[in-house]
Amino acid sequence: MSDRAFAVVRAGALTTVQDQGRPGHAHLGVPRSGALDAPAAALANRLVANPVEAAVLETTVNGCALRPRSTVVVAVTGAPCPVTVDGRPAAWGAPVPVPAGALLNVGSARAGLRSYVAVSGGVAVDPVLGSRSTDLLSGLGPPPLTDGAVLPLGNPGAEHARVDVAAHRAPPAELVLRVTLGPRDDWFTESAVRTLTTRAYRVSAASNRIGLRTEGPSLERAVSGELPSEGMVLGAVQVPPDGRPVVFLADHPTTGGYPVIAVVRATDLPAAAQAVPGTPVRFVAVRRR
Amino acid sequence: MRTGPDDGTDPVPAIACTDPAPAGVGMKALPVGDRALLVEVSSGEAAQALHAELVRRRAEGSLSVREIVPAARTVLLDGLDDPARLAERLPGWEIPPLDARADDAVEIPVRYDGPDLTAVAALWGVAVREVPEIHAAAEFRVAFCGFAPGFGYLTGLPARYDVPRRATPRTAVPAGSVALAGPYTGVYPRSSPGGWQLIGTTDAVLWDHARVPAALLAPGARVRFVAAGCS
Repeated sequence: MSDRAFAVVRAGALTTVQDQGRPGHAHLGVPRSGALDAPAAALANRLVANPVEAAVLETTVNGCALRPRSTVVVAVTGAPCPVTVDGRPAAWGAPVPVPAGALLNVGSARAGLRSYVAVSGGVAVDPVLGSRSTDLLSGLGPPPLTDGAVLPLGNPGAEHARVDVAAHRAPPAELVLRVTLGPRDDWFTESAVRTLTTRAYRVSAASNRIGLRTEGPSLERAVSGELPSEGMVLGAVQVPPDGRPVVFLADHPTTGGYPVIAVVRATDLPAAAQAVPGTPVRFVAVRRR
Repeated sequence: MRTGPDDGTDPVPAIACTDPAPAGVGMKALPVGDRALLVEVSSGEAAQALHAELVRRRAEGSLSVREIVPAARTVLLDGLDDPARLAERLPGWEIPPLDARADDAVEIPVRYDGPDLTAVAALWGVAVREVPEIHAAAEFRVAFCGFAPGFGYLTGLPARYDVPRRATPRTAVPAGSVALAGPYTGVYPRSSPGGWQLIGTTDAVLWDHARVPAALLAPGARVRFVAAGCS
């Protein structure tokens, strides 16, 4: 492998390669995948002058550590965390030069869950169906990072943006998810629909890239039968038999057999990606645009 | 061979039952979020016909949509600019019935050696040796995909051959397993847990992301299973 590469010194709890995903293949059973906090991933790319479609790393909870084989510029965005280069503090949310052979450490998130690490040139693993994203549901794309793995980098493009500084919104103490009702709200009792949009839920520790699971009052069905499998969208609020709503995130299955009571606005999903377990969740009904 | 599907004279009963009623009758377009529509129809055959028409309209450029996802009784349209406008127009559409000709069918060679062959024969009320004959005589169509990349839900067997899932799913079904559940036949693209009744095995590669196209079976494709070593 050429020196356009980096070694994974510490993979962290779960670090995956992510780009804008592979939408357009849902009819073949292929999830869209892609960075969960897409604005944070796009910002990281901008800070190192990568095109927006370049692949970055998405960490979970405790970051990762990398050793590039050539001098690169990196930027860390998303969940705020300490960043060091060979042990010296470096900036979060800004371009950081990392000399060849130096150790970049992306530390544990101080708030939120997922940090994004862009490296100049982008992570250049082979694309699958046009995307380099790891899809944890169906196993497409590169496997999650492991200690000792070496990943290729692409060639950097133009000059690096020098002064862009990331404006960061801290993850809110409460996750407010605006929803439009349907398509299957009529499968639930009126009181269940009221419960969803008025009562408090919490983010469950069982959440992952497939779905944000919640704990809270169970939603009662008005229709008891089985729903024939139907297509699912990003942000669908699916209600499995236990009655606790699950918000579908990027690695969600393309079809499903549990009724979808509502759909979360796409613009509210990046915040959902940063909500730590235990965060209060409120679903607020809004009118369809 | 006596009567019914095993004599090859009744190849595509699903198409014979296609509702001849005009266009969007019974079609219901449910809004899904701000950019999608779930179009619900009365039968699996109607969903397949609607899917074919939507794909045709997208190909000719009169429909702009990112995803067209057929399923059992619905077609999801995701990535629409103006879902409300399309929802108003859909009921006026002419949906041609599916083309019954199957000269371009994908052929899948099968060794009918599955561990559930005896159970399926009992459920069907036929001798074990008749299961391959009945299955290979039917002409299938990929109604929709899901569960895993490249896993197609194929319809084509007459309704009397519907079978339940196994009471206890297997923790590992080998890749290439040809299996039945409900009205569907499916082929496992890779090893995975599964509760379908296994009737055979194929060497066909259902999914290979390095191949173009990656999926051997896409919605709308016609399929025939050919008994390996028996043809």
